[in-house]
Amino acid sequence: MADQNKDLQALSDLPTKRCALVRELRGGKDFANRMSALGFTPGTVVTAIQNYSHGPVLVTIKDVRIALGRGEALKVLVEVLPDEQEEQD
Amino acid sequence: MNKKSRTNPSQSAGDQKFVTIALAGQPNVGKSTVFNMLTGLSQHVGNWPGKTVEQKTGKFTHNGNVVHLVDLPGTYSLTANSEEERITRDFIIREKPDAIVAIVNAASLERNLYLVAEMLMLPAPVVIGLNMTDVAEQHGIRVEPHVLEAALGAPVVPVVASKNQGLHKLIDAAERLAANPADFAPIRPAIRPEHEPILEQIRALIAGQVPSPYPEDWVALKLLEGDTEVAALIQQAAPQAWERVHALLMQHEDAYLDIAGGRYEWIERMVRAAVSKPRAGVITLTDRLDRVATHPFWGLVVLLAIFGLVFWLTYTVAMPIVDWLDTVAIFWIAEGARGILNFMPQWLISLVVDGLISGVGMVLALMPVLVVFFAVLGLLEDVGYLARSAYVMDRFMHWMGLHGRSFLPLFIGFGCNVPAVMGARIVEERRARLLTILLTPLVPCTARMAVIAFLAPAFFGERATLITWGLVTINMVLLALTGIVINRTVFKGAHVAFIMEMPLYHLPNARTIGLFVWNNTWAFIKKAGTIILFVSVIVWALAYFPAGDIQTSLLARMGRWLEPLGRPMGLADWRLVVALLSSFIAKENTIAVLGILYGAESELGLAQQVSGALSPAAALAFLVIQMTFIPCVATVAAIKQETGWRWTGFSVGLLLILSLCIGILTYQVACLAGL
Repeated sequence: MADQNKDLQALSDLPTKRCALVRELRGGKDFANRMSALGFTPGTVVTAIQNYSHGPVLVTIKDVRIALGRGEALKVLVEVLPDEQEEQD
Repeated sequence: MNKKSRTNPSQSAGDQKFVTIALAGQPNVGKSTVFNMLTGLSQHVGNWPGKTVEQKTGKFTHNGNVVHLVDLPGTYSLTANSEEERITRDFIIREKPDAIVAIVNAASLERNLYLVAEMLMLPAPVVIGLNMTDVAEQHGIRVEPHVLEAALGAPVVPVVASKNQGLHKLIDAAERLAANPADFAPIRPAIRPEHEPILEQIRALIAGQVPSPYPEDWVALKLLEGDTEVAALIQQAAPQAWERVHALLMQHEDAYLDIAGGRYEWIERMVRAAVSKPRAGVITLTDRLDRVATHPFWGLVVLLAIFGLVFWLTYTVAMPIVDWLDTVAIFWIAEGARGILNFMPQWLISLVVDGLISGVGMVLALMPVLVVFFAVLGLLEDVGYLARSAYVMDRFMHWMGLHGRSFLPLFIGFGCNVPAVMGARIVEERRARLLTILLTPLVPCTARMAVIAFLAPAFFGERATLITWGLVTINMVLLALTGIVINRTVFKGAHVAFIMEMPLYHLPNARTIGLFVWNNTWAFIKKAGTIILFVSVIVWALAYFPAGDIQTSLLARMGRWLEPLGRPMGLADWRLVVALLSSFIAKENTIAVLGILYGAESELGLAQQVSGALSPAAALAFLVIQMTFIPCVATVAAIKQETGWRWTGFSVGLLLILSLCIGILTYQVACLAGL
């Protein structure tokens, strides 16, 4: 789990349409337990479907759309994957 | 209400066999559709013993066997995170169903198999119902059931529950395993190799000390996962072993995350060959719809439009039926009863006609409104929209320390507060659930709105619509303010987590919606109906005795005694105070009681008489109080059932003070404004 490479950022900062890898769950055992059951385990790809800089965030993980409150998204640390589409545009 | 719903096997006749099958699955897998298709109307809805979690059971005959189907709560895992999860695993371990039918959604197979992977560790044969294959295919996902079956070692039966396809085979498979449990040889999920030694150590430490019926392997795994309930179980049963297990766990504190990760890795290996997915970046129907439905601005527009549609439907479809019931059907029944009873003493006739029949009439008159409301709600839920409304409202609910989920029960409250209070169960955290329940009575239900719809035109003529909107707005503002204040003071601004799955949109199923309407309406009749009837008789007695004339009755005396209280609000007429008090029984009572007290011959006459007795300022205050007054007795009963007496008292007291204060404020401000 303890990756020392790359900068980690909060899932709440992941821009719409960008993908990232889940790296760490903060915010206590209960939260981490619930989130990992939902598929938020380290190494899993998560995609932001909708993220306006306020309000809840909508993401896809393991083919499921999940809405997270901003506070919850803040506790999921991710490693942003390079965006291939953007570079081609 | 916790009738023992498990039927005694000995009741089954002759050589019929009796099989108990537990229906399990994560949320949004179409589990309730499967349940409804299999059991139809022969289902029993109650609570799990001692819990505020709904329990559904049903019975049907299959291949000559009586199948007792128990619908387990929808849960994501079997760790003791929530009441639902504890109920699910306790049922499987303690009640030992003959087989488990686990429903999975083909469109989100990996995530759905997480629960299955946990169930494979428990001592009950599991059959997998691969549901929503049609929805999955629309989204470009294909699952090969045979490949999956071979990989998991458990039977996999493809079904499309909404079209009643494959369910027969699914139950066939479950019955086969129930009859020959030895045939069940699943491939049990493995944990990561690096955790095997620790798990082995825990297993050795607790060997022979685990209280039955808990399986040792499962207990060891749950201990490693940091499950608090299982930890408490071992701590109590084997304190010495626990000491050492605890020390071991402390060294591997992060194991629980790895266990979940490992379980997903195992699932991935199992399904890899069975699932083919579309290329990344394919835009699906759900994507397209969600661009609007979950947009911060357009989503709100959609929500408001749906709101408008719900009320339009309620009023155009349901109200004419209500009117007919009120004026024709009830009148006819009352006259009939009068005719049959005419040789009886006067008070008995009055009890039946004015007490019982008017009580029944009130319940009956609410029915059409509730049916329409629940039908729309069931439809929105079934197509997958309801979760979006929670998402859109989340940012607003946060002001009150609530989140999107709380919006759903409050929305139901516009139909009727009783199911709204019970619906607050979908909010996981206790504090947020309590706050949601406390705020529910401020949502004007159809009955309150019916009173306003009658009185506002009488008081304000053409400006009635404006006044009505104003009243609803006042309620919403009060709701928000009360929420903010209670959250800051009573609950100290605690944060609640919003985590909610957004299902894929799909076509609705008539049977699912029909049964949703039936179950909710029937629950209302049972709960509210009996209470309304009971209290109707009490109020009838208060209004009849001692002399058989309401003007000199006990109720009138109470009203006169309370009259000074009404004065600061401009309600210097005891009859208005009594009408308000009687709304405690049922909100629509206000009109009926005003009718009796003013001795009006017709509703039109009543409107004129009442509006003549009040200044516009007093009329406005009366309407505002009517909208915010303590909830009806059925709602209070529901609040008591969900929260206990203490919070019920708090709720009633809060609303009483709130409505009186806002009433006085309205009257004084309106007077100053020259109304």
